[in-house]
Amino acid sequence: MTIETISSKKRKPQAGETLGPANTLWRDAARRLLRHRLAMFGAAVLCIVIVMGVFGPAISPYDPNGMDFANRFAGPSLEHWMGTDDFGRDIFSRVIVGARVSLQVGLVAVSVATLFGTALGLIAGYSARATDEVIMRAMDVLYAFPAILLAIAIMAALGKGIDNAMIAIGIVYVPIFARIARAAVLGIRNEEFIIAAKAMGAGDIRILALHVLPNVLSPIIVEVTLSLAFAILAEAALSYLGLGTQPPDPSWGRMLSEGRAFYRQSGWMAFFPGFAITLTVMGFNFLGDGLRDALDPKLRR
Amino acid sequence: MNYQYVVQRLLLALIVVLGVTFVVFMIMQIVPGDPARVILGPYASDESVAGLRDRLGLDRPFFEQYLGWLAKAARGDFGQSLLNGQDVAPQLWGRVGPSLELALVSLAVGLAIAFPIGIVSALKQGSLLDIVPTIFSQIGVSIPSFWMGILLILFFSLNLDLLPPSGYTPISEDVGDWLAHIILPAFTAGFVSASIQTRFIRSAMLDVLNANYVMTARAKGLAERAVILRHALRNALINIVTIIGLQITALFSGLVLVEIVFSWPGLGRLALNAVEERDYPLLQGAVLVIAIIVTIVNLLIDLLYFLLDPRIEYA
Repeated sequence: MTIETISSKKRKPQAGETLGPANTLWRDAARRLLRHRLAMFGAAVLCIVIVMGVFGPAISPYDPNGMDFANRFAGPSLEHWMGTDDFGRDIFSRVIVGARVSLQVGLVAVSVATLFGTALGLIAGYSARATDEVIMRAMDVLYAFPAILLAIAIMAALGKGIDNAMIAIGIVYVPIFARIARAAVLGIRNEEFIIAAKAMGAGDIRILALHVLPNVLSPIIVEVTLSLAFAILAEAALSYLGLGTQPPDPSWGRMLSEGRAFYRQSGWMAFFPGFAITLTVMGFNFLGDGLRDALDPKLRR
Repeated sequence: MNYQYVVQRLLLALIVVLGVTFVVFMIMQIVPGDPARVILGPYASDESVAGLRDRLGLDRPFFEQYLGWLAKAARGDFGQSLLNGQDVAPQLWGRVGPSLELALVSLAVGLAIAFPIGIVSALKQGSLLDIVPTIFSQIGVSIPSFWMGILLILFFSLNLDLLPPSGYTPISEDVGDWLAHIILPAFTAGFVSASIQTRFIRSAMLDVLNANYVMTARAKGLAERAVILRHALRNALINIVTIIGLQITALFSGLVLVEIVFSWPGLGRLALNAVEERDYPLLQGAVLVIAIIVTIVNLLIDLLYFLLDPRIEYA
């Protein structure tokens, strides 16, 4: 991206619209992303997972909760690609339907974390020293807890269940977004365009929303993608511990804990749900890394 | 040396620990409804609920409760278990040893994997020796540690019958048995943290390999070995130590799960048991002790960072 390409696009920007250079930046980033092989692989995996999540019950070959006692512990075969579990339920169907819980929890938890974390980070980075200190020390405190442990503790207080798992995982990741947003704000808060906006009489909220936020967006987008990976791992962990999804709903983490007693005779019960988790998490990680490379070419190696 | 940094860092750790106690105290406060009722269940009589409320001090004003709890916790008194009425503290101390043993061995395993691979990746950037480890580390960060633990148990314990699937023997009783029990959990936690560390060690090495002083060292005619070990690695270490510090919290997060999968008698497993039994004082004690351990380890690593690089100043 050169200066010429920017200035050659002369047209009057509308109010609230980002200027030419930003558009070029996003287009450049998109082009780099499309050329990033691992990112595209990740995106492809995620497309499959999303289709599974959205259309799960409609496309699964069997009823995911349908029991078939004549067919308990059947190994992988043409009828049951991933075998059946201790109730004779088709594991492949349960893996397909389980995608929904993972995606749901991931999306809600990361939205909670992004919203609160980014807002706190923006405020901290933009405010006077005292406010900044109070917010960031509070974030340090939350960050001092190992993630899973904090989620477990919050679940212990709120009670078991998938809704509380979303809240717990969301809270755990608030400090990460706060730190990233704050660091990004500190990097630009003395730039001329911010000072100019101030001089023109723009209020703090207007400056934060219209001038600061668009400029800190790219690190946040990258972190959202990577956090989705973590959130899905965390949901699987909580469900594995029996705190998240409650029976009989299939979730990948739950399936792993339900199969625990039967691992010796039917290893497929332990294998496939975990494989689904790994693949999905890997999809988000690949896409996140690709986004980082695409949005910040300077960091590229 | 800039001792102001040390003082400020200590002060920060103190603030964090104080905040941590507040969060831990809040665990019981945010229980929806009446915590005493939740603990005892729907069939308990009103008298016993009132009795428990009194015992836990739930009727007193919020800050009085917190300060009272804090004053006791500071003296190492975490209250009594709701399940068996015994003091929580001795139960916690018994778990600290096994947890720290597992943490240390996992960290060692992780670094033993990450250092050679990270350095070689950086030296052979772009070659197969770089690409294969990079892909492996991508897979490593995506694998749920509990799933990897399950697969390792399936393979090494149930199929090959080489290592015990779970449990713990104190090192003072039988070193060989202790080792046999710690291998699988330590490898599980270590592998995951190695995946992250490999990436950071690689990029820290890449940073210094292009630095002028490395070029100078080469120009002086130093052997490549000396250039890498004495000049490059030593400078890269500063960044690597910071990253390891940041990783400590993540390592402990993974250890909570690994302890549960391998029935390792540490604080993480104790915390989960406490959740299942609704034993809030025990849970609070376990969470508090883990968070304080993590904070202290982070503090020590920051101070180590300070010793390694005298240029550092508190920002």
